Amino acid sequence: MKYLEEFRDPELAKRLLDDIHAIAKGRWALMEVCGGQTHSLIRNGIDTLLPDNIELIHGPGCPVCVTPLEVIDKALRIAAQPNVTFCSFGDMLRVPGSGEDLFTVKGGGGDVRVVYSPLDAVKIARDNPTREVVFFGIGFETTAPANAMAVVQAKRLGLKNFSMLVSHVLVPPALEAIMRSPHARVDGFLAAGHVCSVMGYWQYEPLAERFRVPIVVTGFEPLDLLQGIRMVVRQLEEGRFEVENAYARAVTREGNVPAQMLLSEVFEVTARKWRGIGEIPASGWGLSPAYREFDAAIRFDVSDINTVESAICRSGDVLQGLIKPNECPAFGKECTPRKPLGATMVSSEGACAAYYQYGRFMPLERIKG
Amino acid sequence: MCLGVPGQIKDIYERDGVRMGKVDFGGILKEVCLDFVPEMKVGDYTIVHVGFAITRLDEQSAVETLALFKEMGVLEEELLVAREVGVGGKGDLTRGAT
Ligand code: SF4
Repeated sequence: MKYLEEFRDPELAKRLLDDIHAIAKGRWALMEVCGGQTHSLIRNGIDTLLPDNIELIHGPGCPVCVTPLEVIDKALRIAAQPNVTFCSFGDMLRVPGSGEDLFTVKGGGGDVRVVYSPLDAVKIARDNPTREVVFFGIGFETTAPANAMAVVQAKRLGLKNFSMLVSHVLVPPALEAIMRSPHARVDGFLAAGHVCSVMGYWQYEPLAERFRVPIVVTGFEPLDLLQGIRMVVRQLEEGRFEVENAYARAVTREGNVPAQMLLSEVFEVTARKWRGIGEIPASGWGLSPAYREFDAAIRFDVSDINTVESAICRSGDVLQGLIKPNECPAFGKECTPRKPLGATMVSSEGACAAYYQYGRFMPLERIKG
Repeated sequence: MCLGVPGQIKDIYERDGVRMGKVDFGGILKEVCLDFVPEMKVGDYTIVHVGFAITRLDEQSAVETLALFKEMGVLEEELLVAREVGVGGKGDLTRGAT
């Protein structure tokens, strides 16, 4: 497909890699924020091709992974109700709650459906006026405009049987939390390309300045990732800490303004718990007062939930880049994609799933030999 | 989750007050919401996420980036060739010159 294959050219990848090897003198730790980037890096073995002094730390950018346990449990409770049709992106179905997952609820007779687009859920609500249709509205800034549009559309169509369980998360406050953490050891960030397609990258400029950390907006194909890494390393070697854009074909500084306008109408910033990490102030979006009638957490009484997190799973440490997935004692043993203990093993963007899928059962030093 | 796939807009129309369209993903046509890219036209490339076009895929910028990568290392290669041939020597560089 056009503008996909070209950015996978092995010959050009080699040139970028050679340049990274030539310029990288210091020992630097780079965090790729987005789980999609984690998968692409591991799938293409980019981590194994980098110089030994460049380490990649996998960040918290997997919305499925960071959706808090309480919200998963609320989803399970709502989905199990006989009059409810519960619609979700496919990734959420196998995410373990305190007890079961959405897949089990479906197996037990619950009407749980996987949709591709949030507008599909609106259509289901319209076609089934006697059912309560609930959409699981998760995601980062990339997904938020789509979810916002679904709510707007439901309002426009006067649908009384549509609601959304909203658990949106925002990237910049998470980066700030990572840099403030006493364990912080990130020297530079690859910012998530598609989040920036929507929001632009001006929001990152104060962060780069305050924490003296280079941030490079990066895409997802091998050449995009190598170029992002190269630009961060170059900044670090030159002692600069700026926001640069390695994904100019899809990202501008101001981002998608029509999408941002709709977001500010439909959502308002709230504190949000991140699974495995804890609460981060002003790090999420909830429905604004004008759209609160569509809030599934209000429509359904789900306030009395007691959560039980796995005692073994270390996904919080994985999500903060404190350990690599294969350093978790349960990795590949008690915990596999078929029997996941944590969301990071389920999601197509989870770091544990990436390590399992691409056979990273041993530390990188041993792979590199 | 933030997966975005590039595609080309083939058709634009309105449904229930929303700007929709057909986008071609390497031969597969899918219906996509185009409400967030009001300036885009048939023939333009876009990046689609969960059924929504979220941004323009700027062809010119894609071409420029690739050209930049192609130039990388070329200078060094030329210098290397020049060294092997021997600058100013009677190697292949002079063949055919009259
Ligand atoms: S390998 Fe499994 S148990 Fe360990 S951190 Fe990852 S998801 Fe949790």
